[in-house]
Amino acid sequence: MAGSLQIVVCGGIVPNPLQTLEPTAGPQGPALKNEAMLPAVLDPWAWHALFEAANLAKQAPGSKITLVCMAPKAKLQQVMMTIAQKTVFELQPIDGPASGFVESADVAGELAEVIKGINGLDMQKLLVFGGWESASRGAGTTMQILGEMLGITDQFQGVDEIRLKDDGSFDVLERIEGGKHQVSRCAGAPAVLGWATGNLPEPPNNPQAGMANMRGIMPALQKARPAKPGQDGVKFLDVSLPSQRRETRVVKDTPAEEIARELAEWITG
Amino acid sequence: MTQDTTSGQPEVDRQSMEVDIACVGFGPAMGGFLTTLSRGLLNEDGTPAAESKTMPGMPPQVICYERADDIAFGVSGVVTKARAIRETFPDLDPADIPMTHPVTEERLLYLLDPVGASRRPATVKAADAVIKALRWMLPVRDQALRIPFIPGFMKKHDGLLTSIGQFNQWVGNQLMASGTVQIWPSSPVSGPLMENGRVTGVRLADQGVERSGEPQPGYMPGMDIKAALTVIGDGPAGPVGRILDEKLGLPEGNHQHDFAVGMKVVVELPEGCELKPGTVFHTLGYPEPEIFGFLYVYPDGLASAGVFVPSWFDSPVRSTYRYMQHWMQHPAIWKHLNGGTIRSWGAKTLQESGRRGEPHLVGDGFARIGEGSGTTNVLTNSGVDEAWLSGTLLAEGVLELLKSGEEFTKANLEKAYVRRRRESWLDKDSRKAEKARDGFQRGFVRGMIGMALAGFTRGRLSLSGDGRTPYERVPTLEQFLKGRLTPQEVEKLRTEAHAKGRTLHDSIMELLGWPKIEYDGKLLLSHQDALLVGGKVQAPPGYADHVVFLYPHLCEECGTKVCAEMCSAEAISVNPEGEVPLFDREKCIHCGACFWNCAKHLQDDPERGAIAFRAGAGGLHSAEN
Ligand SMILES: Cc1cc2nc3c(=O)[nH]c(=O)nc-3n(C[C@H](O)[C@H](O)[C@H](O)COP(=O)(O)OP(=O)(O)OC[C@H]3O[C@@H](n4cnc5c(N)ncnc54)[C@H](O)[C@@H]3O)c2cc1C
Ligand code: SF4
Ligand code: SF4
Repeated sequence: MAGSLQIVVCGGIVPNPLQTLEPTAGPQGPALKNEAMLPAVLDPWAWHALFEAANLAKQAPGSKITLVCMAPKAKLQQVMMTIAQKTVFELQPIDGPASGFVESADVAGELAEVIKGINGLDMQKLLVFGGWESASRGAGTTMQILGEMLGITDQFQGVDEIRLKDDGSFDVLERIEGGKHQVSRCAGAPAVLGWATGNLPEPPNNPQAGMANMRGIMPALQKARPAKPGQDGVKFLDVSLPSQRRETRVVKDTPAEEIARELAEWITG
Repeated sequence: MTQDTTSGQPEVDRQSMEVDIACVGFGPAMGGFLTTLSRGLLNEDGTPAAESKTMPGMPPQVICYERADDIAFGVSGVVTKARAIRETFPDLDPADIPMTHPVTEERLLYLLDPVGASRRPATVKAADAVIKALRWMLPVRDQALRIPFIPGFMKKHDGLLTSIGQFNQWVGNQLMASGTVQIWPSSPVSGPLMENGRVTGVRLADQGVERSGEPQPGYMPGMDIKAALTVIGDGPAGPVGRILDEKLGLPEGNHQHDFAVGMKVVVELPEGCELKPGTVFHTLGYPEPEIFGFLYVYPDGLASAGVFVPSWFDSPVRSTYRYMQHWMQHPAIWKHLNGGTIRSWGAKTLQESGRRGEPHLVGDGFARIGEGSGTTNVLTNSGVDEAWLSGTLLAEGVLELLKSGEEFTKANLEKAYVRRRRESWLDKDSRKAEKARDGFQRGFVRGMIGMALAGFTRGRLSLSGDGRTPYERVPTLEQFLKGRLTPQEVEKLRTEAHAKGRTLHDSIMELLGWPKIEYDGKLLLSHQDALLVGGKVQAPPGYADHVVFLYPHLCEECGTKVCAEMCSAEAISVNPEGEVPLFDREKCIHCGACFWNCAKHLQDDPERGAIAFRAGAGGLHSAEN
């Protein structure tokens, strides 16, 4: 059995992906229209990274999971009410923006600072997890820059699976073209893994995990460090929604070929 | 109408946890309860004002379980006088809550029938003719009469317009930040735990099961939460409250036969719309005389608009969605909405029996608050503030018992909570409203007169109804279409639709003269698009079906399939391969309308239909309703 790990999962929050989003010009640059009203969720890729962390922690007893999350405090609290039931973790909150309109280097800077400040941080056990991109901004660079800031050179992006070995080394499956994976072997921590969707199902809600997390989450939130990254240097010239046309029909038990044929017809016709 | 007590869960070893107070559902009733309770759990110096029995040295441990995936996914209007809410938050600034504004103007509109398809009785037709003839001297515009006088009992002046999603979120965030109570969304409670007539806590729903409830790999039995006090605020159709009603019966003389489906959209109003934030429209008369409508204008160019289809609307093709679309297109409404876009959509049941539907409010180990406990007032059209007040009154009583170290027995809860409730304006107003709507059970005109009588005489006078259950009211299709189609033609229509797995309401409404809905992708959407674009409906896997057809023999004899016709989300559909309808939990919005709309009942139990509506996960994911 592998030795214990220190898994830090980085994840922002994004509006629940089912919401209608519209960029507008706010006093501090671009913002999402009615953002305060939109229910939020943990960024889907980070959400997945958290499940992977929980799964890995089970294989390496004694491991600890820390979730580092930058988002407006009140929204973060609400998101925690949902994810705290999934697995036990410690929260390191940063009270900052989550609109997706912040440079990834600035976000990475905030995250790096918090990670460096984690009590008892042991670089030799550290795996930094996050989404390989974000639902709020798909630049796909935050984890990479964060790794550089932490001085971690073993970096993997678009990860779908990690296979931990007893000696602490692990294989990582990264997505490449054509639905294939590149398999890399890494000698061990520290490493940065930017997760794609992976294969794990969402764990059920566990009220006991919820209770355990609650004891730490609320006090941590009260002490959330305020941050205002990305104030200078970046100028957005224009933001707009991609145009879309929708025509929903709900079908069940239709063969994939039939759906593909209809879609092709719809797009070309 | 009652609920089956079988939760469908297998008997296995379950984890269990002890808390002091377990709460079911986070609506305004629970908001009021937890806000008042949390303020009293700690002394000013931060020491516990009462001690937890499960965690000695700590303040009482209070946990609330909410079924939906977020505390912001409720559905309501809302216009409210906010008397009780303001008492809890004397410094409440509406600007702190998104989509909230003081009421600035109220209009009551009687809508004429611009399409000629409305089922208007002769008296209503005569009234319409008079209004039309005198339109040069009456305030008639856009086929609507603006009634110059809004009865005092309906007025919401000094009140608030809000969105239940935003309001609940605002309340919940403060509660969570207080650190004294916990609220867990995505946590359906399957039922109460009972021992020798005492409620000892609640059981959460199983996860990792098939649709039938059979365990799958990864099965996680729902946990048992043991508590000295269980507070049930699961709303108008909440399964936990209904299981208790089934076990304990209702107090002598009470019944719950009056319901409505409330359905709404949140619309981004077109640019240049002249309506000012805080404007409130109440409408009556159209699309059918029994269907009431509302339009509330929020700040930032948003509005809430919708209709109520009551249980006393005697039609087997009672599609709230379709009726709402006709209502939206009425010239008096359409002129404000046209050019706008739907942002959100949702629907929910209203328990309209009010005080007459009151269950046992307390018993050993439990107390009921909110709409499920009969708080909603049909005379004032108000439920949020009343629900809130019931919660605050219970909290005051609970704090009293906690501090004096008394047990949560029936007698103590009677003294601490029921007495407070009986002495409050909640109870006084609910008495005035008790019979206010009875007249509607015998027709629209009688209903309007009865309501006015009750309103103006403070409930002393009213017109009687017939107290029939919804299933006694639903005519067969043959009766409903008499004079239009022969029974043979009805049967042909039914057989053809059945073979295709289709419901009948669209074709029947069009047959009756309702124009086809021309979808525009903005305000007039297909029902499925309303689910996806507006309601953002989804359901997590691994839960059992929460709508179950318990008695197939009843469905086999059922010619109307009202459950499918009225389903707010097309989650129930006609089964082309049999008579028992199909249920798709990925579409269900948990409005709770199916169980009280069932057209049949058990021979030996007049209160029980063929459908069980149980606790389930998922549903609406819009925070704006
Ligand atoms: C379309 C519409 C418009 C309305 N307009 C107005 C208005 O303008 N003014 C007004 O005052 N009132 C209005 N009402 C009525 C008002 O919304 C209700 O009276 C009020 O919400 C009742 O509050 P409650 O807390 O009792 O229940 P609810 O608000 O229904 O809350 C109950 C909660 O319990 C949860 N729950 C249910 N079952 C379970 C379970 N098994 N486990 C865990 N959780 C569960 C539900 O998800 C829900 O969140 C309207 C209602 C509708 C549907
Ligand atoms: S559930 Fe009720 S309404 Fe639906 S088909 Fe069966 S008997 Fe008819
Ligand atoms: S099946 Fe779901 S959406 Fe349809 S009426 Fe029943 S509760 Fe409402």
